[in-house]
Amino acid sequence: MRLQSDMKSIIQKRGLFFFLFLSSGILILAFIILPLFNMMVAPSYEMMKETIKDRDVLRSIWLSIYTALSASLIAFIFGTPLAYLLARSNFRGKRLVESIIDLPIVIPHPVVGIAILGVVGKNHWLGQIMNDLGIRLMGNPAGIITVLTFVGLPFYINAVKEGFENIPPRLENVSRSLGASMSGTFFRVTFPLARRSMLTGVLMCTARAISEFGAVVVIAYHPMIAPVLLYERYESYGLKYSQPISVWLVCICLTLFLALRVVTLNRKEEA
Amino acid sequence: MIKIKNLSVSLGGFNLHNINLDIEENSFFVLMGPTGAGKTVLLEAIAGLTPVKSGSIFIGNRDVTKLPPEKHGVSIMYQDNSLFPHLNVMENIRYGLRYHKIDKSESDKKIDGLIEQLGLSSLLTRLPLNLSGGELQRVSLARALVVDPKIVLLDEPLSALDPNFRYELRQMLKKIHKSTNVTFVMVTHDFGEAISLAEKAAIMDGGRIIQTGTIDEIFQKPCCNFAADFVGMRNIFQVEFHGTTAKTGKLQINMGKKIDDTSGHIAIRPEDIVLSREKLQSSMRNSFRGKVLSIIDLGFFYEIDIDVNGTLFRSMIAKGSLFEMKIKENSDVFISFKASAIHNF
Repeated sequence: MRLQSDMKSIIQKRGLFFFLFLSSGILILAFIILPLFNMMVAPSYEMMKETIKDRDVLRSIWLSIYTALSASLIAFIFGTPLAYLLARSNFRGKRLVESIIDLPIVIPHPVVGIAILGVVGKNHWLGQIMNDLGIRLMGNPAGIITVLTFVGLPFYINAVKEGFENIPPRLENVSRSLGASMSGTFFRVTFPLARRSMLTGVLMCTARAISEFGAVVVIAYHPMIAPVLLYERYESYGLKYSQPISVWLVCICLTLFLALRVVTLNRKEEA
Repeated sequence: MIKIKNLSVSLGGFNLHNINLDIEENSFFVLMGPTGAGKTVLLEAIAGLTPVKSGSIFIGNRDVTKLPPEKHGVSIMYQDNSLFPHLNVMENIRYGLRYHKIDKSESDKKIDGLIEQLGLSSLLTRLPLNLSGGELQRVSLARALVVDPKIVLLDEPLSALDPNFRYELRQMLKKIHKSTNVTFVMVTHDFGEAISLAEKAAIMDGGRIIQTGTIDEIFQKPCCNFAADFVGMRNIFQVEFHGTTAKTGKLQINMGKKIDDTSGHIAIRPEDIVLSREKLQSSMRNSFRGKVLSIIDLGFFYEIDIDVNGTLFRSMIAKGSLFEMKIKENSDVFISFKASAIHNF
């Protein structure tokens, strides 16, 4: 009785509307947590142990991690200058350039694979040149990295662009007037201040790359990255045999991201 | 020192039109004007931080119009502190040194001098995040001066500070300007700053310079409404301070607090001077008998000049009050004002 009247008074105070929002919020959280939690606790300890001893599993997880990190490294090296230019300049067609950068996000993943295959295949001049130089992308880690860079770039560039935009141009002005050149200013002021957003960009790009399946399958079914192996195990042996791999993949990725954060954010003042 | 000829800048919303300006070496020059007048853009043009559309800028005898900012030999200090947040105070101060060929022992001596002069010795290892507004500006100033600039540009360096800090930093600016050969160009909204620091000034509005001259000329003969508004404090007196009183002519004005300087200026806005026919019984510390010299009709208000024992005061009064009090030329009145309405500089 008492509880009921309590509830009633709370509802009267906060309004029904508030509770509608609250309950739909809880529903969404449950939707995300439930399947993940279920998967994490499904495999037995023995299964987990056995899986991690499997050479194919280890190899695929390692391949996933290093191709994704390589893609992020490429995004970092080539994406940072573009992000800076976009953050600091205004020009006609800037919107167009920004939309082009976002394209990999909106294009269906297998299409990305098909599109890249189109230019690196033997029927295209670029593919021809690469073939002559001995560079093979089909069925090769280099191909996987190419695809992952393609899908991960927008995440890196957008995060870093925003980071650059948040650095007051006046800091750069002061640096210039104190005698630093444009490059000196970039490396002594802008770059250190954008470190955080660069880290965020790298994490997002890596996370995006590690989860890619559709585009990679088109370019390189073999060697198998973890998601492809997972899919193959599921197709051939069923759910039970694909779950432990998933759990290992999730655990290793989370540890990796955590470690990256700790390593790069050890300076107190940036917290 | 700085010669600007027919300078035009076009920067999205902000434009400068045909600016001509001559700033003498070693002087303290002030730029005044309403928000959006183009003062900051002009400073940035002098520093080479803004592309110039036409015209030229000379620093010394060098045409710097097309040179990159690092070749201008000009330091800039902004209103919001622009200290590098990832560097501590000492690292901020030393930031520019590696780009200038200054002898190590000389630069160390210079840094020590500035740290001493600006009272920064206890702050050196702190990050900007943990400094107060006044401390931030002092560090900015030290950083700007360490590299031996010919010119320091100050963009409202005092306006973001509390009144106490403002006064303190103003005194420091004054002292530093006197003790170095650096030309200071400062943007300000505050008339007290202008009169206490600068020798010459320019008034800007709408991207143009509308008046240049000595501070006195501008205060005595403002060229236009804006300038007149800006210098709206008509009652400016040169005074000698004795403890809490300021002496001007035969008048002793109660300042309400002890003033450390021995001489200076005080000013009172006309609207802060209250007129009455009888001596007011109020908390106002200053009340003097005077004679009305002239009454000028300004529409909603009258401007009234009163002679108090040889000193001329100007007051503003609403039309209604004038009739109520039956104030006419030559009538005797009392003027009263609070100690807090007196600005000293």
